[in-house]
Amino acid sequence: MKEKPKRKAVKAKKVELVTAPRNGAQVIIDFLKSAGTEVIFGYPGGQVIPLYDALYDSGLRHVLARHEQGAIHAADGYARASGKVGVVIATSGPGATNLVTGLATAHMDSVPLLAITGQVPTTSLGNDSFQEADIYGISIPITKYNYLVKDPALLPSILQEAHYLAGSGRCGPVLVDIPKDIQTTLITAASGPSDLPDKQNGSRFSEQQLEAMIEALTLSQRPVIYLGGGATLTGVGPDILTLAEKLDIAVVTTLQAKGVFPDSHPLSLGLPGMHGSKYANLAINESDLIVGLGVRFDDRVVGNVRRFAPLARIVHVDIDPAEIGKRLAVDVAVVGDLREVLPKVLAKIKKSSRPEWRQRLTELRTLYPMEVPASSGTIKPQAAIKTLSDLCNGGAIVVTDVGQHQMWAAQYFQCEQPRHFLSSGGLGTMGYGLPAAIGAQLARPDRPVVLVTGDGSFQMNIQELATVVENELPVKIMLINNGCLGMVRQWQQFFFNRRYSQTVFRYNPDFAGLAKAYGLDSKKISKPKEVDRALDWLINNPGPTFLEVEVDTEENVLPMIPAGQGQTDFFEVAEDEQ
Amino acid sequence: MKKILSILVRNRPGVLSHVAGLVTRRGYNVESIAAGPTENQAVTRITLVVSGDGAMLDQVAKQVGKLVDVISLEDLPLEEAMTGELAIITVNVDRGRRAEMLNLINLLGLTLTDIRDDSLSVMAAGTAKSVHMAITGLQPFGIRALARTGLVALSRPGDPMATGQEDEQ
Repeated sequence: MKEKPKRKAVKAKKVELVTAPRNGAQVIIDFLKSAGTEVIFGYPGGQVIPLYDALYDSGLRHVLARHEQGAIHAADGYARASGKVGVVIATSGPGATNLVTGLATAHMDSVPLLAITGQVPTTSLGNDSFQEADIYGISIPITKYNYLVKDPALLPSILQEAHYLAGSGRCGPVLVDIPKDIQTTLITAASGPSDLPDKQNGSRFSEQQLEAMIEALTLSQRPVIYLGGGATLTGVGPDILTLAEKLDIAVVTTLQAKGVFPDSHPLSLGLPGMHGSKYANLAINESDLIVGLGVRFDDRVVGNVRRFAPLARIVHVDIDPAEIGKRLAVDVAVVGDLREVLPKVLAKIKKSSRPEWRQRLTELRTLYPMEVPASSGTIKPQAAIKTLSDLCNGGAIVVTDVGQHQMWAAQYFQCEQPRHFLSSGGLGTMGYGLPAAIGAQLARPDRPVVLVTGDGSFQMNIQELATVVENELPVKIMLINNGCLGMVRQWQQFFFNRRYSQTVFRYNPDFAGLAKAYGLDSKKISKPKEVDRALDWLINNPGPTFLEVEVDTEENVLPMIPAGQGQTDFFEVAEDEQ
Repeated sequence: MKKILSILVRNRPGVLSHVAGLVTRRGYNVESIAAGPTENQAVTRITLVVSGDGAMLDQVAKQVGKLVDVISLEDLPLEEAMTGELAIITVNVDRGRRAEMLNLINLLGLTLTDIRDDSLSVMAAGTAKSVHMAITGLQPFGIRALARTGLVALSRPGDPMATGQEDEQ
């Protein structure tokens, strides 16, 4: 055991003689460069000073957030918008623990992140040293994998492995905790051969499974594709478009898949589940075949598993074998990468039309349209988002926070391209939006980035406004201010007899004034007739711009299927409640 | 239902935390977990015994198989695998009952490991059943302390039911 690393080091030394010996911090920076990292998000601190010293004249772009949580959500937004691995650096102790929510957010939505944390020197580990926290132990359940580097010789291999793991297979966040002395030790080793059990890109489907999937598709009269985050990660939009059009398959897209299949397409039914349209849920209910592609049959989509798509056979394609049968039993399972599975399916499938199904879908849309509620003197948030959507015309990247505004954006913002709708779906992290918009804008300087947020979420990471201005990012922020924590208030209204316990703010700051103080151009509107002009200004004003849109406190997100209910159990709002 | 999972993992620091943490946080019922070296220094074998309904046991295997450090995972059929366990038991025995006790130790095939005025310590090794029998047999004397390793298991060589390690699935 002890012999092997030594031999590796000697071997590496020969290679490394070409360049000067580097300390651990330089090894990290060199690795990030070689991995194609363009921007790092982070926040310095005592145990990462050597790392920041190596960064100082490295030429790498570093975006200094105002809170580590802001840094990691920004890295997440960057990763979601670009498809690359997002990189975040934080110091030990509180710096590292401030990453926790961001790690869990990325873990739930399978976002590729590399988090590098400083740690107290190996000699002080376990002594309850100043700013020591066991981030390795803390982050086990919320990372795809994690490391505590104790042997400097292993640092190069660990970095390589960590980066690879984050961005391969089912992507996810990987954390590398690096004690300060490892950062300052001279390292001569290069990355050695990996003993990583490779199962990241393992498609494991058999011909029979593929045949079964093709047969199910061919026989189905009322097929629905249920598209999830896996489709975004693999970029299989064109294949899905071909498949849907070839066989007349209706397509529902979850929050994580929004844009993979164009919202404007006649076969698109948009969002399914709790706040999906009635026509999407009714189509699932009438369907005889559900084809889940890169999905996890999440409770917000499926509701009561026993009453999900009662007439349908279920085909499930996912790269993660543990997702198969996790929440509900499926009829055909295909464990594989959509990039491998879909072309094989397409090659074997013959075009066939389903005019009756198409007609039924049109009927459902006509019977249960997603209408913008009529205004009665105050601005309807749904209408404002629809106007924003029309103005952006499919070109903008929309980032949301979490709550009612998030669902309205999912319902009314038309998205035509993948990676153009970024939202914390699985974890539902309030405060995600603003930093994620920063990351998205850095990943895609060529695209307008619009943040749709709420007065609750916005205040959770409001400090990142400084980061927006400091980096001259032309992010457009639309804050829908209902003066409350709208989603929880809505549940209290519907299910807790309007007892608004701690959900209505008795005080809110002057948001437009606050944005102005941070250096953004800002405005506030409260009347419907102001909407068109103000949104036009928001989108076209150069530089960071902020618009507060005041709406009624008791606005609700509808339709709604209460948690755990069946596909068609739409909550009926009493007349006087509307 | 019960399931024995024989798991080969990369011998990395923290690998046990990853496995133990997973089964705890997903709410699986662990009957025992035993880890130790194998013929290959770089690899550790973990024997995990879990109980639950069929769907849950299926999930345990899949979730464990997914862990980055897991090299392979075998689902060992309870009846056919070679299994073994070890227990060390300290029993209250006053001098008056020592002969009776020694007789029982012989009968059960236990190894005497310590002897005091008021106690005897023995080691039981064998199948889970024989260890269980030893504990039941000693119970009337009053067990003062007990340590069990939990089950370790291996598939029989050439057993058609368990040839080739089933992939991580």
